[in-house]
Amino acid sequence: QKVTVEVLDHLEHLALVDFRDSEGVERLQKAIQFADQLQEVNTDGVEPMDTVLEDRCLYLREDDVTEGNCTKELLKNAREKVEEYFVAPPGNIPLPKLEERDTFLQGS
Amino acid sequence: ALIGGLCFQVSAALKEGRVTPTELCRRCLSLIKSTKFLNAYITVAEEAALKQAEESEERYRRGQPLGVLDGIPVAVKDNFNTAGIETTCASNMLKGYISPYNATVVQKLMDQGAVLLGKTNLDEFAMGSGSTDGVFGPVRNPWSYSRQYKEKSVPKSHSEDEESNWVITGGSSGGSAAAVSSFTCFAALGSDTGGSTRNPAAHCGVVGLKPTYGLISRHGLIPLVNSMDVPGILTRCVDDAAVVLGSLAGHDPKDSTTIQDGFKPFELPNLTDVSKLLIGIPKEYHAPGLSSEILALWSKAADLFKNAGAKVIEVSLPHTRYSIVCYHVLCAAEVASNMARFDGLEYGHRSDVNKSTESMYAATRREGFNDVVRGRILSGNYFLLKQNYENYFIKAQKVRRLIANDFVKVFRSGVDILLTPTTLSDAVPYMEFIKEDNRTRSTQDDILTQAANMAGLPAVNVPTALSERGLPVGLQFIGRSFQEKQLLTVAKWFEKQVKFPMIQLEVVKRHHHGVVQHQKSASVS
Repeated sequence: QKVTVEVLDHLEHLALVDFRDSEGVERLQKAIQFADQLQEVNTDGVEPMDTVLEDRCLYLREDDVTEGNCTKELLKNAREKVEEYFVAPPGNIPLPKLEERDTFLQGS
Repeated sequence: ALIGGLCFQVSAALKEGRVTPTELCRRCLSLIKSTKFLNAYITVAEEAALKQAEESEERYRRGQPLGVLDGIPVAVKDNFNTAGIETTCASNMLKGYISPYNATVVQKLMDQGAVLLGKTNLDEFAMGSGSTDGVFGPVRNPWSYSRQYKEKSVPKSHSEDEESNWVITGGSSGGSAAAVSSFTCFAALGSDTGGSTRNPAAHCGVVGLKPTYGLISRHGLIPLVNSMDVPGILTRCVDDAAVVLGSLAGHDPKDSTTIQDGFKPFELPNLTDVSKLLIGIPKEYHAPGLSSEILALWSKAADLFKNAGAKVIEVSLPHTRYSIVCYHVLCAAEVASNMARFDGLEYGHRSDVNKSTESMYAATRREGFNDVVRGRILSGNYFLLKQNYENYFIKAQKVRRLIANDFVKVFRSGVDILLTPTTLSDAVPYMEFIKEDNRTRSTQDDILTQAANMAGLPAVNVPTALSERGLPVGLQFIGRSFQEKQLLTVAKWFEKQVKFPMIQLEVVKRHHHGVVQHQKSASVS
């Protein structure tokens, strides 16, 4: 089954990356096809494995402040900043819908 | 001649004053310049390195070196954060990003006095098996310029040969492997998520160690797959790998996935009696596409152990062939999550698009990531969709348990070490490699290395012999969790038996007509 344009559009929204061209879409189709081989494996009664270290207790350190105060250094790498703030463009503006966006998927 | 030497030899020479850290550093820097065509380095931190070398020299003068690694030039893959030095992950997304901190493993090396020469090239964000897909271009395998390879290649016009015939390093830690292989440093850090340290190690004829997951801190290693990534170690001999491991391993409060058990650095014994060893040969590693050459070498290696008195048996890891599919899904899913941090706000590339946060993020990521990275992000998001989560992500996690259990069963039955090939063939020419896309290549090339990452086990590539084409072929040993000492002891024994030849690097200086040869000498002069 081919992935629908709705799903492709949804993915572009979720991932905030673009498919760019038919090759990108084809790449996804092949990836799904490849992943479908997993269905051949019988996993009845098998628990999913999150980590190979599941038999150990996760390390929790003491809630002590041991470092910080590096505001200047951290701000150095940001392009847009004002005083000690990172500056973001206005939020609450959703990505334009498929018909209005400049995306390869338009017209699919 | 020292340049081809090994850590402990150089360390002795430094202690005795036969060479100084600054001389060593300068020689390496000069060699980096003359091997620039390999494209192994993205950034060379010349001034900082010389300063570190001077500090090391002062310590040796006072008779107070910090350890074996004091004054030893090393290189680090460009996906490790290095304070004050650009860290790019070979991506436009991080071009110009100057790390504000050192990754724990980098800090540990520097605390031991190692001299950081620079950052090595890789596939973009460590996604790939060729070190061909980064924005700074592909890395060339130093063996492409070896006498051994040239003697075996079909002669065309001499200059045409070099330009079109060069072979890849493998990946994604190709830069690090090439750097070690071409003598520009004595040890290098790579990373290993699906084989990214062992694969280029095999193609470049160096030792590539993937430690047990949880042994070495990942703090500061820009993550690909959090549940599988490990820092990898590339050196010219097994003893060196043990030395570097000794300086890196141990619990890090900044990485909660490092185990709390105490770690004691060890020296490798010189094994003489292998009769108590039980070596397992997993039959599923006779994978489709395995070259007859490597198959023969694998068989010869098994015989080597047998003839020396070890017990060698065939074992089965039935889910091996699903490892690569499982990896494909889990990797994409974790990548989708890990790459979400790149939005241009706090670091890295930021687009000029400023209409809204979302459109800025989208444009930034559109401009910053290459096809491979975008492809994995999109696939990952697909597998994580509500309607797909159970059938892909959870399913893959279940298959992961089956793969890990395969190993548990085999080791429980008494097997000490598994012996397998590392790659399906020797290094292919770049022109041939790029005919297939990144995902296809990764699928093919990771098949023998990936399962060890799935199960979190330690594994090491040991250079074994030269192929018919005069290129390195390595074999892989996989050990039990946290049993690096046993793993490396066996690897060292094997290394001694096979006596892998040293590269006879021929560096042709383009503006001279001579051929400058660099040959390894085991002795110090």
